[in-house]
Amino acid sequence: MRVFATFRIALRALRRNKLRTLLTMLGIIIGVTAVIAAISIGNGAKVQVEAQVASLGQNVLTVFPGSFSTGGARGGWGSRSTLTAEDAQAIMREVDNVVAVSCEIRDRNQVLANGRNWNTSMMGESPDYLSIRAWGLTSGAMFTESDVRSAAKVCIIGKTVADELFNGQDPIGQTLRIRDIPFKILGVLQSKGVNFFGQDQDDTVVIPYTSAMRRVSGRDFLSAILIQADKAEHMERIQTEAAAVLQQRRGGREPDFTVRSQLELAEMATATAKTMTLLVGGVAAISLVVGGIGIMNIMLVSVTERTREIGIRMAIGARGRDILLQFLIEAVTLSIIGGVLGICGGILVSKIISAKADWPTVTSNTSIVVAFLFSAGVGIFFGFYPARKASKLDPIDALRYE
Amino acid sequence: MHNNAVIKLENIRKVYQTGEVEVHAVRGVSLDIARGEFVAIMGSSGSGKSTLMNTIGCLDRATAGEYYLDGVAVSALNRDELADIRNSKIGFVFQGFNLLSRTSALENVELPMLYVRHSVPRHEQIERATKALELVGLGGRIDHHPNQLSGGQQQRVAIARALVNQPALLLADEPTGNLDTQTSIEIMGVFQKLNEQGITIVMVTHELDIASFAKRNIIMRDGQVVSDKVVENRLDSATQLTRLREAHQSVKLSA
Repeated sequence: MRVFATFRIALRALRRNKLRTLLTMLGIIIGVTAVIAAISIGNGAKVQVEAQVASLGQNVLTVFPGSFSTGGARGGWGSRSTLTAEDAQAIMREVDNVVAVSCEIRDRNQVLANGRNWNTSMMGESPDYLSIRAWGLTSGAMFTESDVRSAAKVCIIGKTVADELFNGQDPIGQTLRIRDIPFKILGVLQSKGVNFFGQDQDDTVVIPYTSAMRRVSGRDFLSAILIQADKAEHMERIQTEAAAVLQQRRGGREPDFTVRSQLELAEMATATAKTMTLLVGGVAAISLVVGGIGIMNIMLVSVTERTREIGIRMAIGARGRDILLQFLIEAVTLSIIGGVLGICGGILVSKIISAKADWPTVTSNTSIVVAFLFSAGVGIFFGFYPARKASKLDPIDALRYE
Repeated sequence: MHNNAVIKLENIRKVYQTGEVEVHAVRGVSLDIARGEFVAIMGSSGSGKSTLMNTIGCLDRATAGEYYLDGVAVSALNRDELADIRNSKIGFVFQGFNLLSRTSALENVELPMLYVRHSVPRHEQIERATKALELVGLGGRIDHHPNQLSGGQQQRVAIARALVNQPALLLADEPTGNLDTQTSIEIMGVFQKLNEQGITIVMVTHELDIASFAKRNIIMRDGQVVSDKVVENRLDSATQLTRLREAHQSVKLSA
């Protein structure tokens, strides 16, 4: 039987009861809208988190010192003063597939320049720091290994610091005072924005870690060691091996450090978004099933109402299969139109959420295709029983039906 | 002569099972209807004429006996094959017209062509449907919907629909049951005209005067044929219409 002609018959039948058709489709429309919107919001969150994780650098592992505990009082993570530059060198030397290591010292300090002052985060780092964090300079250059050896009084500054202290002037070559020690500004970092802990990453001054230890903070232990792996698949092994190297250097003592992988951080951050997507997606799926049941219900009513029409069609030569196809196509048309309207609605809702709630949404083509196929599937699944019922009618009984 | 038979029934029986009771609706009917005949089957309700009609129309299968329609042994066919036979060899006209509502006359007439196994091109569908409507005198109303047509006109659309696939047999079940006298005679006029053009017609009716427009009358009682004879004083629709108008006229004059 000609599918196109059947499609025309289905459309005409649906046009006849416009309100009923719309109400029947509503379940599918709402379901698909919810699915598309949920996936868009989830994807948006994922993309945002991925961008933030990527801003930490590519394939980065971080060694934190363990918690300090004495006489029953316990410090928090990183309070121990046991991590040294030698530990970092040992990791670089002994663990394979490590491409860069940076010793990190974190401190907050008041800085002065150009007659202004500003409280900012001071980072003592190795020259590899920028490549590890995939961070570029807008102008100037990074300090070098020889600056580290000589604990040179040089620094590079973040965009926020540059703006606050120099207010549009070129800071390169100018002097910045940290605890009254003059540091020469070698470069300005590109803007990285806020990280997912809410910190402004551009509010920073980076100096050689040796300078931070000897000249500013006066301490000989590190806040952290950053390790960069050449490939993501080596990160797990490097995590274990770095821990083994550090443990070996500590002999039989209890481990006083933790090695964290960027992957763990990313997983933690995306877990919430995933849960939300699953939850809304689940509710939406239920709504689709309810919509499908609505279609089945209306199709059953329609078959009963049109029993006489079915009888006429059978009398003039329609096979059971022709009748089945007619009602199945009607159900599928119903659900597909609902699906398409739902997809439009979902995109619209995503756009509104993006605009009003300042939440990034990403509508993927996959989710649109899946939603479309799913709604067609709902039509076939829930339309089949009523259509089969229609096709099994006895022509004589159907013709006599009042 | 057998080659010429459109319908050949051999000892047809039909038994219905209603609950515990067996109802013998048709008890051994044998019948030959030749090409070009115009047969009226009569009988009171319960005589088995409707059951026989459903069997002839391939809507139902007999419990026993053989049925050949246009040379095809119908008794052995399955549901789908019966549907194909109904589509290609039989045109139905019902008492209640059975047109699809909110569908134009033309589309109603096109309907049987939708179910033809080898599909009919769209332009040919329109052409054939228009021709069939012209044949029954509705050429000017092809876009009208059933609710815009009178009973007689609706029945004409149904006749056009029955003819559109050029069937071997036109089967009418109480075609004038819902119509007034004048329209009934007009519809009989259409039947007589079609019969003159060579179309075989089998009609079920319980009205004797309607049966008199046919060439052959078969009377059924209790599931059996009790009378089968040629109509002697056959009525002609044109004459009957004139007579009816004169009668109306005289009623008006005397009033």
